[in-house]
Amino acid sequence: MALLCCENLSLRYENTQVLENLNFSVARGDYLCIVGENGSGKSTLIKALLGLKAPASGQIVYGDGLHRNEIGYLPQQTGIQREFPASVQEIVLSGCLNRPGLPFYTRADRRRAAEAMEKMALTGLERKAYRMLSGGQQQRVLLARALCATRALLLLDEPVTGLDPLAQEQMYSIVESLNREEGVTIIMVSHDVRCAARHASHILHLRGNGAFFATAQAYRESEIGRRFLGGHAHD
Amino acid sequence: MIEQLFYAVLEYAFLTRAFAVGILVALCAALLGVNLVLKNYALIGDGLSHVGFGAMAIASAANLAPLSVAVPVVIAAAFVLLRLRDSDGVHGDSAIALISTASLALGCVVSSRAGANTDLSGYLFGSILSLSRTDLWLSVVLCGIVLVLFIVFYNKLFTVTFDEAFARATGTNTGLYNTLLAVLTAITVVLGMRLMGTLLISGLIIFPSLSAMRVCRNFRSVVCASAIVSVVCVLLGLSASYLFDLPAGASVVMVNIAVFALACLTAFGKKRLGFAKKT
Repeated sequence: MALLCCENLSLRYENTQVLENLNFSVARGDYLCIVGENGSGKSTLIKALLGLKAPASGQIVYGDGLHRNEIGYLPQQTGIQREFPASVQEIVLSGCLNRPGLPFYTRADRRRAAEAMEKMALTGLERKAYRMLSGGQQQRVLLARALCATRALLLLDEPVTGLDPLAQEQMYSIVESLNREEGVTIIMVSHDVRCAARHASHILHLRGNGAFFATAQAYRESEIGRRFLGGHAHD
Repeated sequence: MIEQLFYAVLEYAFLTRAFAVGILVALCAALLGVNLVLKNYALIGDGLSHVGFGAMAIASAANLAPLSVAVPVVIAAAFVLLRLRDSDGVHGDSAIALISTASLALGCVVSSRAGANTDLSGYLFGSILSLSRTDLWLSVVLCGIVLVLFIVFYNKLFTVTFDEAFARATGTNTGLYNTLLAVLTAITVVLGMRLMGTLLISGLIIFPSLSAMRVCRNFRSVVCASAIVSVVCVLLGLSASYLFDLPAGASVVMVNIAVFALACLTAFGKKRLGFAKKT
């Protein structure tokens, strides 16, 4: 049973069709990378997966006990956030608020947040101001918040954009260890096809004239994969 | 002088009311202001005060209690302005400007037709004399409601302000909290308008939180500092207004400007010191 399954999904953005008859599924433990150029419909697809946008036709089925609000989301950073006066702890804790009940944090929430921060190597930075952190640290804070919201499925929207190469590498390895060691299912949107093919288990390549969905292995061997990877893909 | 002021506040009922309402409204405005400024909603507060002016002018021309007309009208306007703001960036802004100026114009026309007994400049720039006993009690009750709701939903408002996309994706009804924010702002704006004036009430929302953000680094301390700054500025501003016979709203805003300048200096000094330590 798949965690998430798109069946003949078509999406519109304003009045243009951006995706048509999309079919793919994500099973527990998968690491799916969604790649494609700007304007290929990546952002629209994310909105649909998060339930923020209704499909024009087709459907998204959540299975295997996954509820729509159990998707941990790492959005692209906005300008507001970079300057936002908040401490690391305040932000990470806010991931715990999707549970029903009074809108106050319980002791269990605080423990959960502390665990997530430890996992993201943020221990000791709890009281630091978010806006004083480096780009890589900021992304780790947002990832820790997403982990507070869910342990089932993380949806990462261009998580390495704007990071220096070292921080990018670190981000990829953190995501990979979450996937391998913690069994967290990952959906990552990226425009870096090479890195995607190296780290992911499955690739969904969106293009104007249809999408290509395959395992990373099959993608590397396919015609489209070879073209985009430029023939010298990393192992 | 301070002693003299203290006795005056106790002695003259109008001053007691002005200070009481001033402190309450300052508190509400400062708390909501942090969220509004961070969400880029500051303009909504300004728009709401103009709608409030129109509503109050019509109410007093029709011999109705100004607050009991203005509160529901401005809450309704808050819903509309929020929809406009969220609908589309540029269009949203112009739509708010459109509604603001239209209400202001309507208010001016109505109050000039109603005759000389309406005090236009009192509405526009605020007056320390304007509050009645009913206004005081209404302010106490409504400010109490605003404060309680703000505290109860503090964490939710933080989440929705910091990252609306994340909040929505993880199942928070962001529309509900945005509306809550707008409604609470509407109430605060209307209550503060008489004292601060239509044109100056948004200063009460914006300045304290901007000053606090210069100096404080986490959200809770920004909220607390903003509240303290706001109340202190209102106390100083109203005192100056009484002692030197200055317009109330303008004095409060002037004090806020001074505090903001001080906060900027402090932040600048801290930064310089920080650099000096590093190098």
